[in-house]
Amino acid sequence: MNRSGKTADTMEGSGLTISASSIKVNEATLDEDTLVFSITSQKLSNGMGVCVCRTYEDFEWLQQSLFAPDEPDLHGVIFPPLPAKLIMSPQSQINNKTLKQLGFLALGDCCRTYCEALELYLQQVALHPILSKNKALETLLTNTESPGKQRAKKGIFNRLSQVMEEKRKESHKDVDDFFQNERDNNSNMTALTKVTTERFLDVVLAEQRLSVASKHLSSSIQLWVNQEDSANAAFSKICLKTSKVFETIKRNFEKTAENNISTLGLGLDLQSRYQEAEKEMLFRRTCKLVELEAANKNTERAKANKKGIMEEVRNVLEKQFDGMSSMARQEVGRFHQSRVALLRTALVSWCEQQLNTATEIAALYSEHLEACQKLPEE
Amino acid sequence: MDALSSGCTVKMGEGQNPLEAMADSTFSASDVLSDLPNDLLGEPPSAVFGDPLSNISKQESTSNPAKQSSKLPSDVPCDIFDPLHGTGMEPKDDGKNASLIDIVINPVTSAKDNLPVDDLLSQPEIDIPAKTKTEQPAELRSEERPKDEPLSVASSKPKKDLFEDSPEDLFSELPKTKAKTKPQMDLFGDSSPDLFMDAKAAADTGPGRNAPADLFSEESVATTTSKSAKSNISANSIVTANSKANGVHSDEEEQDIFAEATVELSLDSPHNNRKTLDTTKPSEPASSLSAAAGSSKAQAKTLEELEEEESEDKFELNISITNPEKVGDGMNAYMAYKVSTQTTLPMFRSKTFTVRRRFSDFLGLYEKLSEKHSQNGYIVPPPPEKSLLGMTKVKVGKDDPSSGEFVERRRASLERYLQRVVCHPSLLQDPDVREFLEREELPRAVNTQALSGAGFLKMINKATDAVSKMTIKMNESDVWFEEKLQEVESEDQQLRKLHAVVDSLVSHRKELSVNTAVFAKSVAMLGSSEDNTALSRALSQLAELEDKIEQLHQEQAGNDFFVFTELLADYIRLLGAVRGSFDQRMKSWQRWQDAQTTLQKKREAEAKLLWANKPDKLQQAKDEIAEWEGKVTQYEREFERVSATVRKEVIRFEKEKARDFKKQIIKYLESLLQSQQQLIKYWEAFLPEAKAIA
Repeated sequence: MNRSGKTADTMEGSGLTISASSIKVNEATLDEDTLVFSITSQKLSNGMGVCVCRTYEDFEWLQQSLFAPDEPDLHGVIFPPLPAKLIMSPQSQINNKTLKQLGFLALGDCCRTYCEALELYLQQVALHPILSKNKALETLLTNTESPGKQRAKKGIFNRLSQVMEEKRKESHKDVDDFFQNERDNNSNMTALTKVTTERFLDVVLAEQRLSVASKHLSSSIQLWVNQEDSANAAFSKICLKTSKVFETIKRNFEKTAENNISTLGLGLDLQSRYQEAEKEMLFRRTCKLVELEAANKNTERAKANKKGIMEEVRNVLEKQFDGMSSMARQEVGRFHQSRVALLRTALVSWCEQQLNTATEIAALYSEHLEACQKLPEE
Repeated sequence: MDALSSGCTVKMGEGQNPLEAMADSTFSASDVLSDLPNDLLGEPPSAVFGDPLSNISKQESTSNPAKQSSKLPSDVPCDIFDPLHGTGMEPKDDGKNASLIDIVINPVTSAKDNLPVDDLLSQPEIDIPAKTKTEQPAELRSEERPKDEPLSVASSKPKKDLFEDSPEDLFSELPKTKAKTKPQMDLFGDSSPDLFMDAKAAADTGPGRNAPADLFSEESVATTTSKSAKSNISANSIVTANSKANGVHSDEEEQDIFAEATVELSLDSPHNNRKTLDTTKPSEPASSLSAAAGSSKAQAKTLEELEEEESEDKFELNISITNPEKVGDGMNAYMAYKVSTQTTLPMFRSKTFTVRRRFSDFLGLYEKLSEKHSQNGYIVPPPPEKSLLGMTKVKVGKDDPSSGEFVERRRASLERYLQRVVCHPSLLQDPDVREFLEREELPRAVNTQALSGAGFLKMINKATDAVSKMTIKMNESDVWFEEKLQEVESEDQQLRKLHAVVDSLVSHRKELSVNTAVFAKSVAMLGSSEDNTALSRALSQLAELEDKIEQLHQEQAGNDFFVFTELLADYIRLLGAVRGSFDQRMKSWQRWQDAQTTLQKKREAEAKLLWANKPDKLQQAKDEIAEWEGKVTQYEREFERVSATVRKEVIRFEKEKARDFKKQIIKYLESLLQSQQQLIKYWEAFLPEAKAIA
């Protein structure tokens, strides 16, 4: 996911002056009801560190600024997906609704996972050859003033209006096999990835519950032993050991769940959201296609006096569509590359971390076993 | 030492098989005979077992091979065990232990002092083979009596018991045994030899009553007193015999003995151990052992020794329950289990045997054991509860996995139940246990309904209620019991809580297993839709990995369940039994108190009569007082006996518990470790696949 920041950064002189890989969202703090994220990054030129505090609204502002409606080619860009807003309840606990909405991002201590997701988002924007040139990113990363106040007008991210059209246009037959394929593939993969992510979340939640249950058992045993007097010392020792064993089991589940969240969980979540983003882009293109086809029909049917105007409109649309399509083609290729790379990173670090945990826990188990075998019976 | 060994030779030297040796010892010398019954009464097999060992190792060469061939019916040895069973049920008092040792030594002294006795001893042996195999005890006795003329009537009595018991056990069924053993128990109250002694002393006139009477049980007294001039053994000579005995049983030698007689080792070791402990006894409490009071004192003293003793018992008896099989159809169907026993214990007819038992048989065994032993304060391990729901599923459902799980769970818990029973040194001696393990067909157990499910729990709860009610009334004289009971009660609460926690752990583990399986399926589908070949491959590998992990979770859920849930459930039941034994002690206390109250009333009545000057009724009142005084003493002794048993049992229970938990936690850790190592292998195999994604 930190793949070749250079290409993007060095492509244009007017591009981002910040190193993409240096962008970090370090922590989230709760300021009254609002989560404030501290973001650090380094200048490309001199490696100087920059630190700013941003709210979710600032991120939203960036996302909206990235899309300049006057540039039709941008319609073909797959925008890095911004995670949905994390709403903290007063007790700073995650409720079920948030969990359902955010999935993995709602897990982890102190919004750790959510921060990582935001970090990934910023990095993806910074790595994007076109989006990284947008001044809004630079502003967000370096300006001491919070840009979120001056909210951009609702752009293509207003999903509400889309939903109605979606059903109608989504099944529209494409003129281009490449895109038809990509659309089919995308809708299939989006659904599958979403389901897989949800199921993996279930696994992690079960692990967390097990961790809690093990902890509970461990402390129950300990409590019990403390109550017993030392009359049966051998038995107390055994119980104490059992309590320790369950402590380790708890640690095992805790660690395993943590690993799952921070690697594969995050990876799958990003994957799922990215696929949604691709879907949106493809949908925008399909809308344009529908528009163009309508224009074509109108031009054909138009009477001679109006034909000129119609053709003009059609030509503009056609140009827009072509530009968008070529951009989309590029973007799809780029998307697949980075998608696979992201998932690979997630899988490899997942596997490595789980292997570490498994080895560590196995060592603990055998220590326990040895200690248990040495326990006196009488 | 020579004398000792020769004495022993006669007694036990018959061969390697201590069973035969024992049989011989019983039938051989009249002296021994007269001694033995008391032995047996006073002491569980320990003594009888222990000695043959020492003799075998020492005296093999001196034994008469000719006599060895005296084909005692193979059943006979078993007989000797039966009276043992009867006595085994009796709490082991120290007073008895003390006397036991002496008895063992006794023939030695006599052998040393007079050769004729030796002859006497050896003669009956020759007689036995000549006799019919059925070996009428009456004949035997009559044979021996003439030779043993001096034997007092009193001493022949217990002998009679022994003899009458044994054949009946052998040839007829157990009801009779019960009938026999019961009166015995009643007769001799708490079976302490002191009681015996009293009775004897009354019958036997004074001479031996003094020093030796205490040292040795009444039997020895009988022999000593009756052995005419020569056998007028002084206390001194007896003491020397004792010291010799001590020598024989000194630790090192005992070790050797063990090494040689491996077969019996398992059963004997604890008892031999006790014997060593006891051999030291006679010398000191001898003089102070004045009748009944002595017994309880000795009891208290041995408590620690008993503790030690417990630590060493190791039974060479393995029981496994396998092949649960559905028998019959429909609602009359039941599960039959194969109960296989492997043993080196000589009390069984063969080393391995298998019987088929159904669930109600197990319940029946519990009922029998509970009926006999609970009242004495023994903790009788309870069987698993009847489960109507589970069994109905088994009867109706054919391939329902939950019914398979039920059967396996039941099988395992029956196995643990039976293992707990045979682990109990006293219960193992019970003829019902042996019958359960050995006998081809058991009479169908009835009335096990009372033990089914809720009923069983209710019973336990009722018992505990009664206990707590009585505790309030009981002015507990012994802090130990008070504290222990509280401990047991709080432990029960804790165990129930733990049980609930483990239960939820198990269900979470199952949930994880299910979730993992679902995730694996999803990943597999994702993989098959993936365009990127390397990623697709990695994803399908991942799906396989998750499938394997799911298997591990499932196995672990099974382990959680079988190791912890079941262990805790067992101990919740066992604690019920522990409380039951406290309850028995309480009942016994109550009886004693009631008797005291009655006695008080009777005395008051007597006082009134005296006041009113009604001599005609006075005698009756005096008789009643005497009767109730006797009862009070008896009940008090009973209470002390039950208390001692409960105490011993609770200590034993706690040791077993520690051992059990340790065993289970090790087993559990092993399974955890194994599955963790498996997991490491899975991850290691997956890592290159993940890295291979281009």
